[in-house]
Amino acid sequence: MSTLQEPTPVYSWHRFSPAQRVVRSVFYILVLIAIVWSLESIEIIPEFLYDAPAQSIDLFARMWPIDWAWYPEVVQAALIETLHTATLGTILAVGLASAVALMCARNITRSLALNALGRFILVATRSVHAMVWALFFVALFGPGSLAGTLAIAVHSIGFTGKFLSEAIEEAKHGPIEALIAAGASRASILLKGYWPQVKPAFLSIVVFRWDINVRESAVLGLVGGGGLGMALDTALSNLYWDRAGLVLCVTFAVVIVTELLTIWIRGRII
Amino acid sequence: MSSAPTLSRAQRAAFPPNWPARLALAALALYVVYACSVLDITWARFVEGFGHGSRLLSRVWPPNFAPDKLALLRAGMLESLQIAILATVIGVLVSLPLGLAAARNLVPVPLALASRGVIALFRTFHPVIVAILFVKAVGFGALAGMLALVVASLGFLSKLVAEAVEEMSMKPVEAVRATGASFLSVVIMSVLPQVMARFIGFSAYQLDANLRNSALVGLVGGGGIGATLFTAFQRFDYDFVLTIVLAVIALVMLGELISGWMRRLFQ
Repeated sequence: MSTLQEPTPVYSWHRFSPAQRVVRSVFYILVLIAIVWSLESIEIIPEFLYDAPAQSIDLFARMWPIDWAWYPEVVQAALIETLHTATLGTILAVGLASAVALMCARNITRSLALNALGRFILVATRSVHAMVWALFFVALFGPGSLAGTLAIAVHSIGFTGKFLSEAIEEAKHGPIEALIAAGASRASILLKGYWPQVKPAFLSIVVFRWDINVRESAVLGLVGGGGLGMALDTALSNLYWDRAGLVLCVTFAVVIVTELLTIWIRGRII
Repeated sequence: MSSAPTLSRAQRAAFPPNWPARLALAALALYVVYACSVLDITWARFVEGFGHGSRLLSRVWPPNFAPDKLALLRAGMLESLQIAILATVIGVLVSLPLGLAAARNLVPVPLALASRGVIALFRTFHPVIVAILFVKAVGFGALAGMLALVVASLGFLSKLVAEAVEEMSMKPVEAVRATGASFLSVVIMSVLPQVMARFIGFSAYQLDANLRNSALVGLVGGGGIGATLFTAFQRFDYDFVLTIVLAVIALVMLGELISGWMRRLFQ
């Protein structure tokens, strides 16, 4: 029994809907316009550019041989200062960020105004870079590691608090309800309901931030925040490039060791 | 009624004390005290600083919106924006091949290790230190700042591209290879479709980061709003400093909005 087969309609497959394609094309055109605009008005002095290879060779020639003798005199103390600045700054930041994160988390603080205020603090502290904070704190407390530590602490609030508040908001509600039903106090709910759920994320965030802070605190000294940056600034302003090379080598070593240590800790605890 | 078994006070507590955690907290407190003594951080200095704080605050507030300052602000911000856009574009274009060259499932292991070494080198140095070196190499100005941000973008983006490529499914790659396709076709037809969505997300994040950092490289001679900011600090124009900082925060917030919108568009 044969029936007349209906001709199958021809579908043409497109990955994106017409509206999506229009939006994407507009986006690409905007990106092109932005690039052309940036290229046209950025100032490039050709003489400096022709000179660049010679200057770069000169730079490395002046750095070599590296002045290792300067290490015991100045750099070791600066290195220890940098490590303490980063660690103390991280500890302070974690304390401050925990308070702000609790204020931001919608399941803890049920006030839209307080949540928004917390979010603003997080964005504002994160947008202003640690070095700019350091400039402020140097104006307040004078040059030295106090300014550097506070700059690290305040700048880290944004990053730490953001991830911490997200971790708190993702906590499951079951244990919390059980604690409320048992009549637990607010402090017990936080400590026994939320904390065990947040702890792995918390440790991972703290270790990650400490790693970043070691890098940051190594340059804070350039604006008066103490530590390795101060040694680098001294070497650079006296044009002792061999000493600057030493500080760069030490910074490189510290960052590598910190990163390896971070990976090891994350593997062990988390 | 049967009497309840008598329990000691410690047994009746809902949560027994956690001694390891208490010891760790005590050790942390000891470290804080020790580190404060090493860094010469004292309460007296802190209080003294806050005394200066009220005076500084009176000089910071209100922010300075005088027309000549606004012109400086506008020039600095535009230059920062250009630095950030160019650094992101160049970083994105170069990081894709560099990231592919570092993926161990696509290229021979020696090449992957070499690329990883280069990426690690780029990631290790802070943008400020890179900017100092570039200022020496190509002179003061926006070019040095842009190059420093390109290096920072390369370190971040290439590493994430390499990780994304190593995590992807190898089945499409094998299918395309089985047709006898060249390496370039394999990359375009089987690798990029799998990693592109994440890569655009990373690029959007990098644009944010470059906007923030473009304020930074100017502090050491890399041009842009950072140079304006540093000059304002050195001339004790604290009210103008506040204007600049507010403008930077606004720009970064705007950048986060745009990049969030960009990520949604490409998901």
